[in-house]
Amino acid sequence: MTSTLSWRDALERAAEDRGNVEDAVLLLREPPLFDLGRAADAVRRRLHPGDVVTYIVDRNINYTNICSCQCSFCAFSREKGAPDAYVLSDSELSRKIEETLDAGGTQVLLQGGLHPDWGLAEAVRLVRAVKRHPIRLHGFSPPEIWHFSNRSGVSVAETIFRLKEAGLDSLPGGGAEILDDEVRGVISPRKIGWRQWAEVMREAHRQGLPTSATMMFGSVETPEHIAAHLVRVRELQEETGGFTSFIPWTFQSGNTLLSRDPRFGERRVSGFGHAIGYLRVLAVSRIILRNVRTVQVSWVTMGAKVAQVGLFFGGNDYGSTMMEENVVASAGVAFRMSEEEIVSTIRDAGFRPMRREEHRCST
Amino acid sequence: MEPSLESIRDKVSAGVRLSEEDALALFRSRDIHAVGEMADFVNRRVNGDRVYFIVNRHINPTNLCVNRCKFCAFGKGREEPLAYTMTMEEILVRAEEAWYQNATELHIVGGLHPDLPFDFYLRMLRIIRERFPGMHIQAFTAVEIDHFSRITGLSLGEVIRQLKEAGLGSLPGGGAEIFDPEVRNRICPEKISGDRWLEVMEEVHGAGLRSNATMLYGHVETLASRVDHMRRLRELQDRTGGFQSFIPLAFHPKNTEIAKGYTTGLTDLLSLAVGRIYLDNFLHVKSFWIMVGPRIAQISLHFGVDDIDGTVVEEKITHAAGAQTGQEMTVAGLVSMIRQAGKIPVERDTLYNVVREWPEGETA
Repeated sequence: MTSTLSWRDALERAAEDRGNVEDAVLLLREPPLFDLGRAADAVRRRLHPGDVVTYIVDRNINYTNICSCQCSFCAFSREKGAPDAYVLSDSELSRKIEETLDAGGTQVLLQGGLHPDWGLAEAVRLVRAVKRHPIRLHGFSPPEIWHFSNRSGVSVAETIFRLKEAGLDSLPGGGAEILDDEVRGVISPRKIGWRQWAEVMREAHRQGLPTSATMMFGSVETPEHIAAHLVRVRELQEETGGFTSFIPWTFQSGNTLLSRDPRFGERRVSGFGHAIGYLRVLAVSRIILRNVRTVQVSWVTMGAKVAQVGLFFGGNDYGSTMMEENVVASAGVAFRMSEEEIVSTIRDAGFRPMRREEHRCST
Repeated sequence: MEPSLESIRDKVSAGVRLSEEDALALFRSRDIHAVGEMADFVNRRVNGDRVYFIVNRHINPTNLCVNRCKFCAFGKGREEPLAYTMTMEEILVRAEEAWYQNATELHIVGGLHPDLPFDFYLRMLRIIRERFPGMHIQAFTAVEIDHFSRITGLSLGEVIRQLKEAGLGSLPGGGAEIFDPEVRNRICPEKISGDRWLEVMEEVHGAGLRSNATMLYGHVETLASRVDHMRRLRELQDRTGGFQSFIPLAFHPKNTEIAKGYTTGLTDLLSLAVGRIYLDNFLHVKSFWIMVGPRIAQISLHFGVDDIDGTVVEEKITHAAGAQTGQEMTVAGLVSMIRQAGKIPVERDTLYNVVREWPEGETA
């Protein structure tokens, strides 16, 4: 009975925005699935009355898969010179953007590997190439920003300023993985630490660029790590208010080095990288992160069916049509959804689909 | 909670049988937490935390079929390029593989072949029983049983008696689709009627054989026709007690004549949960991972489901209609999927005898 009391206490503290790491851990582990779902659903309804679920028509463009990071959870990155390494040409980029506009898309999500030869000049050039088209640009996650800044020897603030000046509209929250350096040491030792990730976001927000925040779970992290991630995002949001949405998604193990890591094997059954674990993490995210308006479900990693169920576990945004997706697909997971499918799936669940345009980020 | 659900919840917790209106209200509800909780409550009362799976192998001996159901992408005419009929040897090779993989069950269903004689099926059963004793043969939907009776002129009772004598252990629940004649005429006009399906099952149960019961959802049926379907199953079960599990099957549209999308996660979960709550005289509700996908199958373990079928190995029928799932699930995969849901994996045989429990910590 004491444990029943304590998760209810944790819910109460979260309701007052005082939920700490211990509370989040309790919520991840203890409440029956439906109690947790209902609590998350109540938060979602308060923040988004009228049962509106949003989505965006945009395109995911990965400008290169050449990456010096070589994270063990990633099946997308290639070393320079690898037979299937690529950098998109300007004409391929333009074609993809034109296709997006033709399909009624309003935004591109632009992300890529940390190309060893790329610095701020190349990034600015890419932004300008995109912005030759009348389209919103949501691009460059914090590791990319850090990489450009580092390669060119200019500050993060200057890097963001120059990209914004060139036309960048907002930043995706990728590269967050788990905001804990112990986990990062295992799965992404060459990627920036969690403090650098936060520093980039803080600076972007300071300069008026909205961003999203993501979390990749289901690899080697513990519930404590997930909890710490959520609390860190909430604290940063208290400081800046610049996060528009939070997107938790699950590690896809196909074709990755990490899938063969015994540390992953040990955590797999006790971890949260499965369907029910996903719903629990989604719900706890909604409950803890009350100060982030939108929580997005991940049909890209979980499929349309589970994503739909996620709308009852705190999700209020169905994400994007993507048009193409390369990163998760490299790990052998290739779900596809058209705008019609997204709309009918949202309706089937009893919600009102609403296409969002500018102002808010997608991924 | 939606107000109409409160009285239903009171009935469920008191163990009072639900009316058809109640079932309809549950299907219409979008309070998935309340519906899931009720289904979970009923399931726990019957099965505790146990979730069953089976090490089995599907064999679909032929896709030639004299019926041409509009929802089916599997059945073929004799001249069609993808038509196939396995030889006895091809069937036996598969049975042997299953035997070496410690399967406890062969699940054999196929099309209504225009001219394979009844004797072929009897011989198949006898040889399998003789060569691989101990492996339970679950075979032939009610539709196939009716077909045998037609091609031989024998009574249903006699067909079933001969099959049982040759080694048939139990029947799957296929071919039920939706009983409502109006829906049935639109999706499978040539197939036996719902009444006939139930008549065959009554004979089967009367002969001492167990069977399952399915319901194909997500095509042109109405919610009322789903409830009607379940009502008839519940009535027959009251009389015979011969159904083991209720298995809602998600319609798959690819290569079929029915223009619909795939079912949604919500529809899948509600079909399972409402089945669990309404069918109070069924012990088991099965979520077939081949159809709903392993992820929804796992979530369904909190929506009243206590059985996720089995290893399967080779499945042709749903895959012909665009199933995006794999063909096979390993025992380790099934065990960890169940454990991650906080349940206790139990390997069962066809008749739900425990083959092996997988207590916490033991790896597959």
